[in-house]
Amino acid sequence: MSKKDFELTWKEIPVGSIIHEPGNASEYQTGDWRSQMPVLDKEKCVKCGICFRFCPEPCIVKDDEGYYVADLFYCKGCGICAYECPKDAITIVKEEH
Amino acid sequence: MAKRVGAEGSFAVAEAVRLADTDVVAAYPITPQTHIVERLSEMVADGDLNANFIYVESEHSAMSASLGSAAVGARTFTATAGQGLELMHEVLYLASSMRLPIVMAVSNRALSGPLNVWGDHSDVMATRECGWIQYFAENAQEAFDLNLCAFKIAEHKDVLFPVMVHMDGFHVSHVVEPYLLPDKEEIEGFLPPFNYPSPLDPNKPVSMGAFAPPAVYSECRKAQDVAINGTIGTIQEVWDEFAKLLGRQYSPIETYKTEDADTILVSIGSFNQMAAVAVDKMREAGKKVGLVRIRLWRPFPLEIFREAVKSAKNIVTFDRSMTYGGTAGPLCAEVKSAMYGTEAAPRITGFMGGLGGRDMSPKQFEAIFGRAQEIFDKKLDIQYETIGVRE
Repeated sequence: MSKKDFELTWKEIPVGSIIHEPGNASEYQTGDWRSQMPVLDKEKCVKCGICFRFCPEPCIVKDDEGYYVADLFYCKGCGICAYECPKDAITIVKEEH
Repeated sequence: MAKRVGAEGSFAVAEAVRLADTDVVAAYPITPQTHIVERLSEMVADGDLNANFIYVESEHSAMSASLGSAAVGARTFTATAGQGLELMHEVLYLASSMRLPIVMAVSNRALSGPLNVWGDHSDVMATRECGWIQYFAENAQEAFDLNLCAFKIAEHKDVLFPVMVHMDGFHVSHVVEPYLLPDKEEIEGFLPPFNYPSPLDPNKPVSMGAFAPPAVYSECRKAQDVAINGTIGTIQEVWDEFAKLLGRQYSPIETYKTEDADTILVSIGSFNQMAAVAVDKMREAGKKVGLVRIRLWRPFPLEIFREAVKSAKNIVTFDRSMTYGGTAGPLCAEVKSAMYGTEAAPRITGFMGGLGGRDMSPKQFEAIFGRAQEIFDKKLDIQYETIGVRE
């Protein structure tokens, strides 16, 4: 697990600010950016996967039962999944931090 | 065996790019650099240069394509001038911050408006902050030598910065001069194959040009600043190696009759040759004047510069560009900044001229020395003056 960005000293920056660990964006939490989050009603969900395809992160993942659920570590709360859901199974809920 | 060839500075540059066995040329034409890229295009078509010539749609694309090319470890060259250098402006910062060794020849040209295709330094001075290594050629021989050296400097493991080799538009790019063109055998071994430490490679993936939030951007920038200031030693080493090979020595600051000079003119580019003639005339008349030629502009060789001007109580700078609304021309401001706080504390005055292709004669440089003496003797509070502008 590499150092967080705010921990690096200028001497530790690789030449050209090149990142040598491919895909390390997966360690970067963006979930704390949001002020609202998607909540799935499994009664209404038909597992069509449209929300999964539209998520811009993309952070929607299929769970063991086949339902598509947003990974809250990354979810920025944009609400596109709720907008696109054909069954209105997703509700956007304001979050208090 | 070197051939004595008569050619424009532009063609000398093309020869250097060819002898360097460049891999990629991504370029767009603009006066007065067009002859460089046209000649390179012909060389590629005739099979004299085994390179991929990318005919891009603008200078912005030329530099963008060059980033990609250098990123995969290909020896990369482009050329531009004036408005073209401005059009690629935002991409210049990426080349340097991403530490991509690209060599770019710039035929220094005036910036519009009004539209002017002739030589001056306004295009160079607009790129002071971009983080490239920048140095100047004053004639065709220097244009050849310094472009060839540029590849070795840029690609050196202790450098890894893009390099701009400047030459005055028309005065150097288009004037036919004799120069010595070495053959491939003579420069054998001077330029090792390009070996970028971490190129884009599917077998060893890296990410280039990622984003850096406020928490880390400053550290990235300090690392870059420290690195570029640390390249002066390597630049001199490469020039020394070149001198051993072909007998022509280059230095970050070159002095002419400065040892006991009371008044020193600091200047950049091919007009230095006129200034040197003026220094000779004035020395004959018993005036203790000298000339400091800035060869390496970025990183600015501060200690070497201070050493070069140490005898002078009166320094005059000659800018071939203006700073509209600034306190002094770009070179003048740099020199003032370099000398501020030193024990010598010389008087420093700026002169601006030679704009948009306006020629300067040795007599005009003598006039600058004369006016500099007047300003010094009368203790006139003058920041800068123009020379050669009709009143």
